[in-house]
Amino acid sequence: MSLDLRIPMGLMFTLVGVILSAFGLATRGNAKRYAPSLGINANLWWGLVLLVFGLTMLLLGRRGQTRIEKERQLPPADGEERRGH
Amino acid sequence: MLNLTSVDWLIMLLYFVFVLGIGFALKRSMKTSKDFFQAGRALPAWICGLAFISANLGAQEVIGMGASGAKYGLETAQFYGIGAIPAMIFVGIFMMPFYYGSKARSVPEFLRMRFDEKTRALNACSFAVMTVFSSGISMYAMARLIQALHVFDGLFYALGWRTEGIFTFSIVLSAVIVLAYIFLGGLTSAIYNEVLQFFLIIAGFLPLVLIGLRSIGGWNGLKASVPLQYMHEWKGVSHAATNPMGIEIIGLGMGLGFVLGSGYWCTDFLVIQTAMASRNVESARRVPLIAAVPKMLFPFLVILPGLLAIGMATPKTTTVESRGANGSIFHETTVVSPEVAEGRGLVPAKMNPVTGKAMLDASGQPLLDYDMATPNMLLHFFPTGILGLGLTALLASFMSGMAGNVTAFNTVFTYDLYQSYIHKGGSDQHYLAVGRWATVGGILLSIGTAYAAINFNNIMDTLQLVFSFVNAPLFATFLLGMFWKRATGHAAFSGLIAGTATAMLHHGLTLPIEARPGIHGGWIAVLHHYPSDMAQNFWTAIFAFSANFIVTVVVSYCTKAKPEAELVGLVHSLTPKPERSHIVWWKRPEALAVAILLGAIGLNIFFY
Repeated sequence: MSLDLRIPMGLMFTLVGVILSAFGLATRGNAKRYAPSLGINANLWWGLVLLVFGLTMLLLGRRGQTRIEKERQLPPADGEERRGH
Repeated sequence: MLNLTSVDWLIMLLYFVFVLGIGFALKRSMKTSKDFFQAGRALPAWICGLAFISANLGAQEVIGMGASGAKYGLETAQFYGIGAIPAMIFVGIFMMPFYYGSKARSVPEFLRMRFDEKTRALNACSFAVMTVFSSGISMYAMARLIQALHVFDGLFYALGWRTEGIFTFSIVLSAVIVLAYIFLGGLTSAIYNEVLQFFLIIAGFLPLVLIGLRSIGGWNGLKASVPLQYMHEWKGVSHAATNPMGIEIIGLGMGLGFVLGSGYWCTDFLVIQTAMASRNVESARRVPLIAAVPKMLFPFLVILPGLLAIGMATPKTTTVESRGANGSIFHETTVVSPEVAEGRGLVPAKMNPVTGKAMLDASGQPLLDYDMATPNMLLHFFPTGILGLGLTALLASFMSGMAGNVTAFNTVFTYDLYQSYIHKGGSDQHYLAVGRWATVGGILLSIGTAYAAINFNNIMDTLQLVFSFVNAPLFATFLLGMFWKRATGHAAFSGLIAGTATAMLHHGLTLPIEARPGIHGGWIAVLHHYPSDMAQNFWTAIFAFSANFIVTVVVSYCTKAKPEAELVGLVHSLTPKPERSHIVWWKRPEALAVAILLGAIGLNIFFY
């Protein structure tokens, strides 16, 4: 396939992570808003987790994409991967 | 009342943009019908593996497993422990070489190669009808949930639209999005979005479980808040009376483990299509095994929210008296609605819309609306921001459940019905176009089903009942077809018919204990009572499977078998063992399967 899935996926989670953690940062100390989540700033912390996940995916995806492009330039010599029998 | 802010909307919008973006990005690689229907058979195993479970992770799964967790407790985990995991290992290790190796493009096509044309036609027709209806049911359930959670109410008020339109708006929105990305990117697009949704579900539900567990006082706090038998998966299953589902061990093991679980995971093209999209037979075999790993961990994600919901304290109307700085007295009253107050934990009671009172069951307890268990947990614990993420995860699960059905439908329609019986020998481009328009047609039919479900209250139950009659005997046909070279086409066909007929007969003659004759069974005569509808389901499946098995074997001996040369690659004993010496032992699917089996056993012991 021409597109490594990890690129759009990484991009999406990075953006969601940025939005959530920025919003969490801005609403820090707003006790009433975070009363439902037991006083934990769920936006900030989970946003950071998603940010890290998104960036990791993006990184892996870029490497995968480079490999796809390379493979397309020089088609494998011995055809496809060996099949069953 | 749900109060969504612009952050929530932004996250939801972002998801929609990416879903459509993936479709557009893949459009240029859709050149042949193989690209469109089979993702070019070139996807990596891990992507197909995650899509394999994601295709099944529709709303019925996310909402339904939460509901079942609230109703039956951890016994629900058996859907995973003995329902899904062993079946996934079986399909990966033993069946995938035939599905993939036969070069069949769909499950019905495999049936034609192994048996004959009429068996294929029977399976293709029933499957096509079922997928369309299933995606319609998924659509209906989503629109209903959106209404119940008031997701779009704020938007509608802001735009000055009438809130009656929310149902239609939800249906059209989901239909347009799913249609667009499948029309553009075919199966690849559907699989990519299923993987995206897989991670979204984790992103949306993991924090929910963590916060919920913290709130209830950790694992021990949860144990203390729910009845003892809710926390055990196995204890009490030796007798029907001592476990919440009322099923004894034989019904459970045979019905769920063998017949229903395997029937679904090993024969349903909805999930098999993702494995068949991978790049070679070894990675196709690895797909269900890769899928089994996260599947083992999913009970924590989808069942626990329901269990937590039932264990939480029931909200009550409270008045807090406080004194202001100038000596004035404030009364702050938190009013909860009657359905919440009558409910248990965060699970609301079902209300009679006419009297406004809670509906009661036979023993005078209020009936609970278990489907609201998981959504209510989201609303209860999530502040705005992450709430948008949770709702997006829920919407994503509905849409990918639909998408899996739609891609399965367009493939079976185009290859097994259109190309076989309507228009043979067309060009590849012609079938590609037919596939695209079959997608449109399938979605339109689904919308029709969703609207029919509003007007006919029982249509969903009836449809699901009919599906269970058709599906229950299927596994026997595949099992005999792949592992017994003597099985013949006439036998497979008559076995399927006999199995479905037996399922209907069994359902018509038995009844769950609390139900009245009718849709729940007993519509011929009541010969036997089951302790719960789940027990009845399992035994229906067992009877259907056995009938199919016996009839297929008997008829096979009376009819002429296919010559062995035609069965190479389709039947186990006639297929040469694949050459695998180039793969290191721990990279072989068998090694992975053993590891997963050990993990599953460990998990079952933990939940004992």
